[in-house]
Amino acid sequence: MKLTVNNSIQWFLKANEKMQENKEYLTLLDKKIGDSDHGINMARGFQEVANKLPTQDYASVSDVLKDVAMTLMSKVGGAAGPLYGTIFLKMSTAVKGTDPVDYQTFTNGLEEGLVGVKQRGKADVGEKTLVDVWAPVVDFFKQGVDFQADQLVETAENAMDNTKDIQASKGRAAYFKEKSIGHIDPGSTSSFYIFEALAEVIREGE
Amino acid sequence: MADVGIVLISHSPKIAAGIKDIIRQVITEVPIETAGGTDENEIGTNIDKILNAMEAADTGKGVLLFYDIGSAKMNAEMAIEMSEKENSMLIDAPLVEGSYVAAVEAGMGKSLQEVHDAVIKSFSKR
Repeated sequence: MKLTVNNSIQWFLKANEKMQENKEYLTLLDKKIGDSDHGINMARGFQEVANKLPTQDYASVSDVLKDVAMTLMSKVGGAAGPLYGTIFLKMSTAVKGTDPVDYQTFTNGLEEGLVGVKQRGKADVGEKTLVDVWAPVVDFFKQGVDFQADQLVETAENAMDNTKDIQASKGRAAYFKEKSIGHIDPGSTSSFYIFEALAEVIREGE
Repeated sequence: MADVGIVLISHSPKIAAGIKDIIRQVITEVPIETAGGTDENEIGTNIDKILNAMEAADTGKGVLLFYDIGSAKMNAEMAIEMSEKENSMLIDAPLVEGSYVAAVEAGMGKSLQEVHDAVIKSFSKR
């Protein structure tokens, strides 16, 4: 399978549905170790993305990703805006010139997104942030040769669950120190929804 | 003569506006722009607001950006990258006291780097 413009739009429309469905849950997670705005912010930002994408005429997946990035940056109020914005902007640059996007190019895009977000948030693996989902997912993609929906969901879900045992050292949760242990990271959860949405697009494309 | 401009980035529009009031009681000429809250003036920070504030505060001698917590720094960094303004600097200093010192220094006609260094110096002694 190769990712087309339409696939990439579907990806974000599905991601938006998940953000809307889980708005309360994300906010609940963020209430425990943060400023309780993650659900509201993600729902608002992705709704803007979902409103905009179907109305535009995109020439490439790279253009879709760029528009997603810019919209998230200006419409998401919390740290998630610049972080997700950076990821999709880096992905956009990495896949530019290849359309539809093949597996290797997409994998490269994910990796560039991860590198970018680590730089932006000055976070690494094991700090209880969305990096703890993106890093294992990037590893999973690098080990594979083609899109695998079920294993993608499994990888992202396990990674999300694993953030529960980590003590936060980046983001608002870091203020809670050892009290952050025992709670799943909200950013890891919204990242899981993004990969779950991607898996649905992969299933439909097969 | 143009002075270095100051941008106040806070999660709260009230905090940013309040600091500007404090400074304006003493320093009236230095460009000071606020970027407080989200685009709907809720608690948060917004890149577009920061970009607009940077543009308005820059009268030719550059801008110094102060920020508060969490996403404020990241959004400020992104705004600086997106603006492609070479004469803009982010400063890691107390928002209230730091921007006050910066306004006084800027009002003396100092350069961006001099204002930045004066603020850092004034807090390193404490």
